[in-house]
Amino acid sequence: MFSGFMINTWIAASIVAATAGLVGFFVVVRGASFAAHALPLSTFPGAAAAAWLGINEIAGLVAFAGLGVIGIDALSRRGRPEVATALTLVMLLGLGTLFLSRTTTYAQEVYGLLFGQVLGIGAADIAPIALVSAAAAGSVLLLFRPLLLSAVSRDLAQARGAAPARTDLAFLVILAMASAVALPVVGALLVFSLMVGPAAAARNLTDRAGLAIALSVALSLLTVWAAIALSYLTNWPVGFFVGVFGALAYGLGRAALHLRRPRRAMA
Amino acid sequence: MIGAAFFTNGPVQVALIIGGGAALVSAVVGVFTVLRGQSFAGHALADISSAGGSAALLFGIRPLAGFLAMAALGAGGMEAIGARQIRERDLVTGIVLGAGLGVTALLLYLDMTTTSASGAANTVMFGSMFAIAPATIPLALGVGLLALAMTAALYRPLLLIAIDPDLAAIRGIDPRLIGLAHLLVLAIAVALSAMTIGAILSTALLIGPAAASLRLATRPGTAILIAVAIGLSATWGGIALAYDSFYWTPGHGWPVSVFVVMIVLAAYLAAGPLGSALARRRMARS
Repeated sequence: MFSGFMINTWIAASIVAATAGLVGFFVVVRGASFAAHALPLSTFPGAAAAAWLGINEIAGLVAFAGLGVIGIDALSRRGRPEVATALTLVMLLGLGTLFLSRTTTYAQEVYGLLFGQVLGIGAADIAPIALVSAAAAGSVLLLFRPLLLSAVSRDLAQARGAAPARTDLAFLVILAMASAVALPVVGALLVFSLMVGPAAAARNLTDRAGLAIALSVALSLLTVWAAIALSYLTNWPVGFFVGVFGALAYGLGRAALHLRRPRRAMA
Repeated sequence: MIGAAFFTNGPVQVALIIGGGAALVSAVVGVFTVLRGQSFAGHALADISSAGGSAALLFGIRPLAGFLAMAALGAGGMEAIGARQIRERDLVTGIVLGAGLGVTALLLYLDMTTTSASGAANTVMFGSMFAIAPATIPLALGVGLLALAMTAALYRPLLLIAIDPDLAAIRGIDPRLIGLAHLLVLAIAVALSAMTIGAILSTALLIGPAAASLRLATRPGTAILIAVAIGLSATWGGIALAYDSFYWTPGHGWPVSVFVVMIVLAAYLAAGPLGSALARRRMARS
């Protein structure tokens, strides 16, 4: 399980899990589940395009994540945000379907890209993954206060001079970076599960932002490590374990909340 | 470009009938879905229904039955965990969606390893418009009619809850009951379109036509009619173009879902300026 060809997977998975745990906290407090689901899925055609053009996979993923951000941002200026998210998602997925129909050799990899694979990472991928993850994590720390403030109260953020619309866009960019690098390991459909499950559980366990982030990162790492180990042993897809553990973490968090504050949880 | 062979081709006929039904139901239900801000729930139910589609391949039952069963189960699950606040509702939707997709991942893996369905992931996630069994038509039309009948019967309360939940509460409308009914109709709509243009792309038929029509129409009835017209043109136009594309690139045609998505998006983008022009004319007249 820890032999040479698996080491890359362990390193990459730990990096993306830590980033997902950090970014996931803001997905949960900002109520951005749909965007967190739509961006990785819109990013998925990037891998198909990269294979088609023969460029680096991570570069293709990051490029399509960027297209996803531009689409959501442009369409939500003139319409409902969730409609903008849905239409951007189907537009890029439609493109992906087209790319997939062009290349026949690629069809076998579709499943791995959608649902995750333990052997999807090569040594050459580690550096770009680390770089993009560091950029995402750095941006979160840099924008920590405005991200949190505009999530709690947009009016207050506006009054403090932080433009909420610009913060929203910055958050989409951060989300896109975290999605692009997590995709090859966890799979396009379940990246958001890794962001939402552990973070939602952490938020139910504590009210303090710093502690919740630490817990979210820890739970996310545990989820990914357990998922990869079990996937390696059973040959079942990584995404299955990530999705189920995510839901399990949320369920335990809800139960803990119930025990901790029985009266408020009832209300 | 399209000759008589198009209409006498068996798979094309089935695709036209079932695709048309899926587009019709999705467009009608989509208007309520967009008005209520439930786009994520609609997309999530479609994704969850993919678990049913993959289970159907595994156990050799009819795909539509699988998609329907799982979408209904997902709707029930979301309603059971239910949350009042929109933010919490999206979170619960996301958690249920994650668990459902995890199950899909496992079922597709089992499909590919224990049966000969090596293209299972493509079929379930990206649709199989031209590979639908003709025997599916009665069931598809039956549940489609059921969904339309439910929507017609609950037309006023559905609309009132979508537009003004507080007024609906004063009128004595039970929001949970109507909410559950809406989710069930939604489940039927997405199951039908998941089978035709794919689980992850069915959102195009649900949200696109409705969002475009709501930019044009001021009355809900008109909005529904325009949405249906857009949905049907996108689906039937997509089928015709996909059929024709076999001649563009010899060997393999282009996927139907690509054309459906492109037509729907074009309609949405065109509806923006057109809607503003209509609004200006209404203002000038009054």
